[in-house]
Amino acid sequence: MTEPAHRTLGMTDDEYARVVEILGREPEPAELAMYSVMWSEHCSYKSSKPWLRRFPTEAPWVVLGPGENAGVVDIGDDWLVALRIESHNHPSFVEPYQGAATGVGGILRDIFTMGARPVGLWDALRFGPLSDPSNRYLFSGVVHGIAGYGNAVGVPTLGGEIEFADCFSKNPLVNVMALGLMRRDQLVTRAAVGEGNIAVLLGSATGRDGIGGASILASASFEEGSETKRPSVQIGDPFEEKKLIEACLELYERGLVVAIQDLGAAGISCATSECAAAGGMGMTVDLDAVHLREEAMTPGEILMSESQERMLAIVAPDDVDEVLALAHKWEIDATTIGVITGGDTLEVRHRGEIVAAVPAASLSEDAPVYHRGVERPAYLDAVWADEATLPAGLDLGSTLLRLLDDPALGDRSWIFQQYDHMLFLDTVVGPGNDGSLMRVKGTDKGLAVSTDGDALRCSLDPRRGAARIVYEAALNVAVTGAAPYAVVDNLNFGNPEKPAVMWQFAETVEGMAEACERLGVPVVGGNVSFYNETDGVDISPTPVVGMLGLADPMPQLPPRLDRAEAGMELWLIGPERGDDFAGSAYCRIVLEHRCGRPAEPDPDVARRVVEHAARLAHIAPVVHDVSSGGIAVAVAEVAIRSGVGVRLDNGDWRLLLDESPHRFVVAVEPGTDLDVSDVASRRLGVFGGDRLDFGRWGTVGLSEASRVWRQAIPRRLG
Amino acid sequence: MSEPVRFRVRVMRKAGLADPEGATTTKALRDLGYTEVTAVHFGRDIVVELAGDDVAAAEARVHEMCERLLANPVIEDFTVERL
Repeated sequence: MTEPAHRTLGMTDDEYARVVEILGREPEPAELAMYSVMWSEHCSYKSSKPWLRRFPTEAPWVVLGPGENAGVVDIGDDWLVALRIESHNHPSFVEPYQGAATGVGGILRDIFTMGARPVGLWDALRFGPLSDPSNRYLFSGVVHGIAGYGNAVGVPTLGGEIEFADCFSKNPLVNVMALGLMRRDQLVTRAAVGEGNIAVLLGSATGRDGIGGASILASASFEEGSETKRPSVQIGDPFEEKKLIEACLELYERGLVVAIQDLGAAGISCATSECAAAGGMGMTVDLDAVHLREEAMTPGEILMSESQERMLAIVAPDDVDEVLALAHKWEIDATTIGVITGGDTLEVRHRGEIVAAVPAASLSEDAPVYHRGVERPAYLDAVWADEATLPAGLDLGSTLLRLLDDPALGDRSWIFQQYDHMLFLDTVVGPGNDGSLMRVKGTDKGLAVSTDGDALRCSLDPRRGAARIVYEAALNVAVTGAAPYAVVDNLNFGNPEKPAVMWQFAETVEGMAEACERLGVPVVGGNVSFYNETDGVDISPTPVVGMLGLADPMPQLPPRLDRAEAGMELWLIGPERGDDFAGSAYCRIVLEHRCGRPAEPDPDVARRVVEHAARLAHIAPVVHDVSSGGIAVAVAEVAIRSGVGVRLDNGDWRLLLDESPHRFVVAVEPGTDLDVSDVASRRLGVFGGDRLDFGRWGTVGLSEASRVWRQAIPRRLG
Repeated sequence: MSEPVRFRVRVMRKAGLADPEGATTTKALRDLGYTEVTAVHFGRDIVVELAGDDVAAAEARVHEMCERLLANPVIEDFTVERL
């Protein structure tokens, strides 16, 4: 017995019945193909939608919030910033180089679709332990793919973050964030208005790339023996993308487009239906006009193809010749494939026949919404009760070396040295620091970005863990002198059909939403990646925050980790608990203990600490967030990067490895007035010599610490 | 010592996948006036030399090498030919 067609496309029987109800008849094969991709989890957010409404999305500076290709905020002086984050997890597992490369290409199109020139990229990556050769293959393949595409297309990769844990062994996470800049009058949307306007398909030919990638690959789990579900891999072409960027920016500059939409997941189905629906119009599409790379493609395949580097522009009839000439100048293919019509029907023709005629909005707006079961997993009680047993004392010298040798805490330059981070020459603070900072040419403004995640803490307490990464990201942009301005989020979770996974999701959204509210930062966009599950094992809940900060003006000499000098004093700003070890680097690496409950963040303290960091960034040479590895690792990073030792005043060792939130360290000349009376602060010690000296808790030579730190990733790659 | 057994491995991108290098070259050739060109496909040749007398076993080993390292079976096909 053969399966009904809709099930092989990943559609449930109920969803099929709904399509029949909308159309008033059985769908044609091409129509079924369109509904199956557009109603997939990846495209429709059918499991997450009810929760995502919780996010605060408004602020006076928000121009476009969630639901667009990218969020857009106003940074003043007629400048707008577009930002977006998206996952490419499953494609990167199937083919790491091309998966990561096309992830970069896709996020860039989301940015220049809005009218903005892409100016920066960040990558939040997660892999299994590097002791396993298959993880090393995925890790190096993904990094090469990001470099291969990003460097060639000419957009700097400015930073990111990385974690390693067992749960990512068969399910690596590749989240890519991009930022774009535009003048206010360059903003374009996808609302296709104006009956008689023409749809022009720009860019690469259409092949059978990633057929059903969104509906099947990103919306269902991997299992052994599921090779047949593997769609043909998408191959990126960064030079084609570069030509598309320049051609589109010139189209906007010359005012030649009414609307535009990139082709990503669900390809032509998505672009045509979303443009028409956004404009409240219909569209007639002629598939014979689509430039194909392969022969004998069915209408369904043409509609679902995820071939890369394509855009759909809506153009006034009088401008079509000029648009085609402009495309010819930039050496990109362009064909007219459709006409905007009155009414609301998306009609698709192929070889003289109508192969689909559906209400355009039903594809993008009538997808089912699922209120899935939510249940707190019972095992959490035991996890929370299981607190680490800390020793009375320890040798911090040798302990620190073990922490610095961890690939998530060690030097990441093996990764970012492969990326061109100086393109456009606007990079002020590049990779290897807390947040990155770039200037907006012709102004005093600086844009700061940090991506942050913490899978371990989020697995122990998703609500607290998620809130803490928001506060940490805010602090990471603050140490460059910027105030938190807007957030995009990438929510990576397991199978949403499991109530425990939906509980993690709901708690995460609540934690992030509250933290954003308390900081007064709007969420302007996001991406949800469910079904990160292989062989029945879900990943840890892994929200990733992409925080945009605005420094106006930018500090004359923004702090960096390598600016400490002998004689400078080291101060800690922010409260210390001394007992926040759940999910800490010390417990994970040294005690191999991954339980307990992380401390609750304090929103009021967080806000004050962030404000102090942004203010002190204008006067202190070093301002550094304290996070993984606590004060000990934060101080070691400054000492190693600055090439100068440090001697800490005596105190409890727990205070040096504890990971209480809302803290940063500064290096300043003695006698500097820090003016931090409304939050806790204390002098930690003084820079000088060639050792990391923890007094009664031990000491380690700077050169040895530096060697171990620098080798943390390279030595594992052999 | 006996002569090594030699194989030529030919690796090509799987049919149907995008091939930017081939597409760019096709366009360039057509611009030069070779308008009859409809497609160009790039691949690579690898010659592997192995010690030992058992040719069948050697060929099986070369196939295994292709699966594990010389080709990327997710996006590439390969053929092995005795030289």
